[in-house]
Amino acid sequence: MPKLSYLKALNRALGDEMAADSDVFVLGEDIRVAASNLTAGLFDRFGPERVLDTPLSEQAFTNFATGAALAGMRPVIEFQIPSLLFLVFEQIANQAHKFSLMTGGQCKVPVTYVVPGSGSRTGWAGQHSDHPYSLFAHVGVKTVVPATPADAYGLLLSAIRDDDPVVVFAPSGALGVREDVDFSTLAPVPLGVGRIARSGSDVTVVALGHLVQDALAVADELAGEGVSVEVFDPRTVYPLDVEGLAASVARTRRLVVIDDSNRTSGFGAEVLAVAAERFDLAAPPRRVTRPDGAVLPFALALDRAVQPGRDQLLAAVRGVLTSGGHR
Amino acid sequence: MTSVDLYRTVRLIRRFEERAIEFVRSGEIVGGIHPYIGEEAVAAGVCAALRPDDLITSTHRGHGHVLAKGVNPARMFAELMGRESGLNKGRGGSMHAADFGLGILGANAIVGAAGSIATGAAWAHRRRGRDVVAVSFFGDGAMNEGMLLEAFNLAALWHVPVLFVCENNGYATTMPVAGAVAGSITGRARAFGIPAFTIDGQDPEKVLAATTAAVQRARAGKGPTFLECLTHRLDAHHTFEHRARLSYRSAEELSAGWSRDPVEIQGARLAAEDRAAVDAEVEALLDAAAGIALGSAHPDPAAALEYLYASPEVMR
Repeated sequence: MPKLSYLKALNRALGDEMAADSDVFVLGEDIRVAASNLTAGLFDRFGPERVLDTPLSEQAFTNFATGAALAGMRPVIEFQIPSLLFLVFEQIANQAHKFSLMTGGQCKVPVTYVVPGSGSRTGWAGQHSDHPYSLFAHVGVKTVVPATPADAYGLLLSAIRDDDPVVVFAPSGALGVREDVDFSTLAPVPLGVGRIARSGSDVTVVALGHLVQDALAVADELAGEGVSVEVFDPRTVYPLDVEGLAASVARTRRLVVIDDSNRTSGFGAEVLAVAAERFDLAAPPRRVTRPDGAVLPFALALDRAVQPGRDQLLAAVRGVLTSGGHR
Repeated sequence: MTSVDLYRTVRLIRRFEERAIEFVRSGEIVGGIHPYIGEEAVAAGVCAALRPDDLITSTHRGHGHVLAKGVNPARMFAELMGRESGLNKGRGGSMHAADFGLGILGANAIVGAAGSIATGAAWAHRRRGRDVVAVSFFGDGAMNEGMLLEAFNLAALWHVPVLFVCENNGYATTMPVAGAVAGSITGRARAFGIPAFTIDGQDPEKVLAATTAAVQRARAGKGPTFLECLTHRLDAHHTFEHRARLSYRSAEELSAGWSRDPVEIQGARLAAEDRAAVDAEVEALLDAAAGIALGSAHPDPAAALEYLYASPEVMR
């Protein structure tokens, strides 16, 4: 079977959807030459009216996309740097997201915001290394963080087809992931439905995006010690697949979440809150996150120290296995 | 568009606003409004130059634009009163009034935000082969918002059929233009290569003439035009202002503004009996509209988050 890379999967989804629907177009900075490779080949294939290279004016082109969506189109914006989302938070959270309710359902705003290279990019320091998916989930914007190439393809397709604004975070750490894929089986993946990335019976580890790889590695390591780890990948941060999560935790009764966002009010905090409200746990759950208020420092060792990693996850899993009674 | 039609529009907006202020005082409208009194000629003149399928985006001071574009005043009153029969089913209120069927893409409460929305919408219609023009209304305060200047750049670069209509009423809330805008307002648009004109915003016929030329230019594919309409806000920034007892304008300044009341400027062009007939027609229309709105149902609290998402989702 051919190998499909995560980044190529995003590129393929965008191209397939542009071919299928003439209302889909992509806009953003340096997308004609495909600076991030997300739009590779699309300019030659679809031309300048459908691959719209924009000046550096994030606020205007983000609202421009909202206007185009109100006129019936399905824009996809590529942001080259995750921190640019802070610049356009108003345009997404306060404009695009609110239009439908504020107009009493008179309109739809089917804009997709894609961020290929979210999170730490190793050596890009404070203003290029954010991973702000929790912010968008908090305000209720549909928020997607795919972990695998097939999911990157299927979730981006669903995001573009969705009639609401959707932010798709493609973590930098996942872009290079490749998997064997039968291209004929690539299909849309519904928003709000998680998956079991690895089955297990002793503890559920919730992981998103590139952290799914880390969770699987930790699960492998613990398997050697006779511990059975289930890895649950929610795929979409919002809406969250609470039922899928509940089904997993009902089997394992132990829970750890690894989350590449800041601790307070982050995605990890939400998962633990759901657990406290709904689940009968055998041990207090734990979360592995960036520290509160974290800004990624430049030096490699410092960058790594701020990100949630395998060692912390290993310690957290061992912690929930040894506390709160027998497994 | 006749002189009578233009008079009907300015008179309708004026009397709608005066009645809305009364509804704020009586508590039928909660939260207050931003009155457009004194600025009616801009909305009337601009919208008179548009086709029904042309688009507008409006501001937090948007009642005039929405009425001039043709909404049913009963549904507008009902929206201000938060009723289910309102334009937005009571979900938007004064600052978000929208009617997509009439090309009204919504009043917008974030100053300067809608310039780029109008630009995107106009661009999209052109791409779909329609010769639709979009107008974005904004105040002088918006001229200091970076995202509006970014929109000028996109519109000019891509020859988008959009009109930027600046209602320069002299104040951004209480901040006078002279204390806020360095250089000139039209100079900022011209810097992007956009033809920019300063016009008398108190005379509906002058506004109509200038807008007609700009619309023709846009439809001919020549891109955006910028109109600075010099106007006066003759009431408060917000109905709360009277209670807050803000003081930032002299009586002489207000009096000078009232001497150029657009309702009187346009009314003077009509025969007395024609003007009286329009006044009576407007009163009857607004009486009926207010009655319909007051008699409309309030939304069901259980539906508070209806319309949040296009697709039904189970949200916790």
